[in-house]
This record gives sequence, C-alpha cells and structure tokens, in this order.
Amino acid sequence: MSKNFFKIIRAGINSTFQDLGRDNLYHIGIPFSGAMDNRNYLFANKLTGNDHNHPAIEFAYLGPHLKYYGEKLNVAITGDVTFKIKKGDNSIDGECYQTFILENNDELDIISTNKSVYGYLTISGKFDLKFQWSSCSTNIKANIGSNNGEKLSDNQKINVKKINQNFVNKKLNYINTKIENIRVIKGTNFDYFSKEGKKIFFNNEFKVSKLSDRMGMRLEGKKIENIVDTNIRSEGLIKGVIQVPADGNPIIMLSDHGTIGGYPKIGVVISADYDKLVQLTPGSRVKFQEVDLNSAENLFKLYELETQNLISQI
Amino acid sequence: MIKNISNLGDAALYCDFGKEVNRKINSQVIRYFKTIQKENIAGVNNLTPSYNKLIISFDLKKINFNKLKKIIDNIEIIKNDSIQNKKFEIPVCCEEDFSLDIKKLEEKLKMKEEKIYGSFFEKEFFCYMTGFIAGMPFLGDLDKNLRAKRLDTPRVKVPKGSIGITEQFTNIYTFESPGGWNIIGSTPLNIFNSSKENEPNLINPGDTVTFKRISKKKYLNYNE
Repeated sequence: MSKNFFKIIRAGINSTFQDLGRDNLYHIGIPFSGAMDNRNYLFANKLTGNDHNHPAIEFAYLGPHLKYYGEKLNVAITGDVTFKIKKGDNSIDGECYQTFILENNDELDIISTNKSVYGYLTISGKFDLKFQWSSCSTNIKANIGSNNGEKLSDNQKINVKKINQNFVNKKLNYINTKIENIRVIKGTNFDYFSKEGKKIFFNNEFKVSKLSDRMGMRLEGKKIENIVDTNIRSEGLIKGVIQVPADGNPIIMLSDHGTIGGYPKIGVVISADYDKLVQLTPGSRVKFQEVDLNSAENLFKLYELETQNLISQI
Repeated sequence: MIKNISNLGDAALYCDFGKEVNRKINSQVIRYFKTIQKENIAGVNNLTPSYNKLIISFDLKKINFNKLKKIIDNIEIIKNDSIQNKKFEIPVCCEEDFSLDIKKLEEKLKMKEEKIYGSFFEKEFFCYMTGFIAGMPFLGDLDKNLRAKRLDTPRVKVPKGSIGITEQFTNIYTFESPGGWNIIGSTPLNIFNSSKENEPNLINPGDTVTFKRISKKKYLNYNE
C-alpha cells in the first residue's frame, strides 16, 4: 500500500497518462503518441519542478475529479481549464499556470476545458506507473503504455511516489490563443486534386467535425475533388498529414494516428502550428494557408524560441 | 535505389523508390531502412518503410530537411546478405464464424470457396511492411485470380486475428480494428506482443509466410 494516492471519483472523458511519447516504432505500427499540446505539457512540468519528460495526466473536455490522500503535494494545471479545489467545506476556484497545494482529503475537480480540448495536470512527485518503450504515454487503441494501455476509469487509485518536498509557488503569465489559419506545406499528392479542389482547400473554410480524437481530426467543407485516384499505395504517415479520402473531406493525422495510410496527401500542417491545431474544438472554423519549407522551418524556430522563453520565466 | 527525395511537411523526408510494387523494389526499401536504422543518425526519430516508399521523420529541433537529405544522399547501403529473414507458418481456421466474407468473395471472384482456399494455402507470401495498427503485416502477392477490391463499406470492427485479402495482398489484424479487407479466416496465433519490447512483432519486413488450415477444435484449443 502506497501512503500517497489519488482516488478517482470521476475519470472524465478521455484522461490518460502522457509524456513526450516514444520514438522509432513507426516501422512496427506504433505511433509517437505523447502529449497532444506539447507546449502546455512542458509548462505544467516546469511549474511543478519536474524534468521535461515527466508523466502528466492529459484530459479532454471534462477532466477527472480526484480525491487526494497523503502528504502535502504541489500541483499545476495548464491549458484553458475551469477547476475547483475542495478543502473540507471550502471550495476554491482554481487558476491555471499557478501551482497550488493539495493536502490529505482535498479534492480536485476539473470541470472543463474552455474553447479548447486538452489540459494537463502535473504533480511535484511521480505517479507510480509502468512504462513501455521508455514512455508512459497511453495509446488506448493499441493498449500500450501506462494504466494497461487504457484511459483512467472511475474509482481507480493512482499511487504517488517520491514527493519532491520543495513547495515553491510558481506562476506563469500565459494566455492561450485560438488558431484560425492553419499553415500547411503542400502534400506529396497535391496534384491529385482538381484546380477547383486546390482552390477550395486554400480559400474555403472547413469545420472541425465531432469525429475527432487523439488519432485524427476530421474536417467538413466543400468537397475537394480528386481527378487522379482516391487511393494511393499504402505508405507511411506522420502527424500533421492531411489526407483526403474519396468523400472529399480532409482528415488531419494526430498523435495516435495509424502509421500507414492509403489516401492521397493534400498537405501537411507545419510543426509550429501543431499545438494549437489539436486544441480546436468540434464546430471550430478553420482555413488552410500555404507556406514553403523555408518559412515553416523559420516559424518553428520562432515558436520554439517563444516556448523556451516562456519556460525560462517559470 | 531512391528515385527522388522530397519533403513531407517540415519534419520528414519522403523517399520514393518508384511506382511499382514488387519484391525487388521493396527489398531496396528494406535495405535502406535497415542501413539508416543502424547508422543512428542524430535527430532521426522514426522510419516508415512501405511497399515502395520510405519516410524518415526527424526532430526539427535537431536537424532539418536539407542537412538530412545530404546525409541520406551519401549513405552507403548495406548488402542484402547481412539481412536475416525468417520463415513462418501461420495456422488459420476458415470455419463459418471466422470467414466473414468468403461468400461475397465467391461472387466477386466468380470462384468456389475450395478453389479460393486452395490457391491461398498453396502460396508462399512475402512481408512487404508492418504497420497501420501495431504489428499488422502486409503480405504479398496473391495469385492474380484472388485479387478483389475492398468492402464497399469498411467494417467498424474487424475481430483480432482475422486474415484479410484485397488486391495483391493479405494481412493479419493484430488488434480489433476498423478495416475494409475481405476476411477469409482467423489465426489463434498472437502476432503482436507489446510485452516483448525488443521484438514485439512476430513477422517483420522481408520475412516469408505460409498459411496452414486448421480445424475449429484446434483453433479453440490453440492457446491452452
């Protein structure tokens, strides 16, 4: 019996353990996984004094409601999240990007992510987890990673070990912004699409569909017409690839994507826009904007510099 | 040899080995894959070999397209004989509960069930690639008369162990998964084992596979 643990009163919609994910397994069919919004994940770990590849709980929309038993623990939540901390009869509104302390019998109720999908919870300690291929990241599709490859479930217990006794209060001033123009590089099958189809892709709005998850984001809009072939010989995929199947609606590959696919690739989302892309809620309207490789590389450098700069402020 | 290298987004190389799908081209893909894997190039974080393409993903914080392309352009490819390939015999039960699409296939191919199975079980297959879902092998080539299109509407759930065929290929569903291949049987053998971190896949690219028909009784007792 561990003396420090969380009891899950309500698990939430899709709460999983995530870190930076696992490399070098695409060739056997295992995707990267890892935290969807890398930047918010990194902020959470820095706030609670952890290294950058330390397991966090990622939640989507409705997060977990937890009760804590044990020694004092520092906790941080990042994203655009509404949550409450309950200490006895006292209920306090929580604030993101600011550490707070949980003590024996306190409750943490993560009520919702606002106008966004994912949020992160980290602690100044270690969740007691089993790693696979040196990562805790849970891929529920292939049952890989911590928690037997499954999402958190109601009434389960999460043990905590090695609490870091440094309770410095940390804070970051950060406001999440919503992306409307997703920047993309043309895909390897861009010329499979009609002139009109290409125009629609870059000029029309698309709506994020409800059928979106950690594997992929489906979009709806005016049909993008294919004039060559609606199938290609199956080949590798990476996150950010936009495939257009026969129905003419784009699908963007996200962190738990299938490693191989047979639909034409019209574009690839640039690395700098990925963290914001995954936060788009169903119903959001987006446009695609073309950039070249050189600009994409520079935009990523800028994004990375900004991230590191923000981390150094914590 | 690689015919052309282009960029797939800003963090991957797209190596094109040509349009055709055959063992010769695929063997080249696999040789490149194994060489690059051995080289352990800093910044490369994933390799995805497929029939006639190789995708090399990298960490944009550590390397970029042009630098990596230069390395790949000048890489010395290891010889064929240093690659060890294995042979497998996979047990398959084709009883009614498992051969979900055999009746439809009889119509599609205008062939009797016995003929379809006769041709399928006679063949030695070659593993072109693994993936889509963890450990799923893509095996070829089916005889020309067994080549059928995918289902019009893919199944939401194909049971684990199912053997599917489409076009010139056959595969094994290592997990319950959505899928549109024509299901002709099921294997009780575990093809993917995530607890074996060094070698989770039973079948790897370059390996050869034959299938052996087994009874339902044998299927049900297989893992006991």
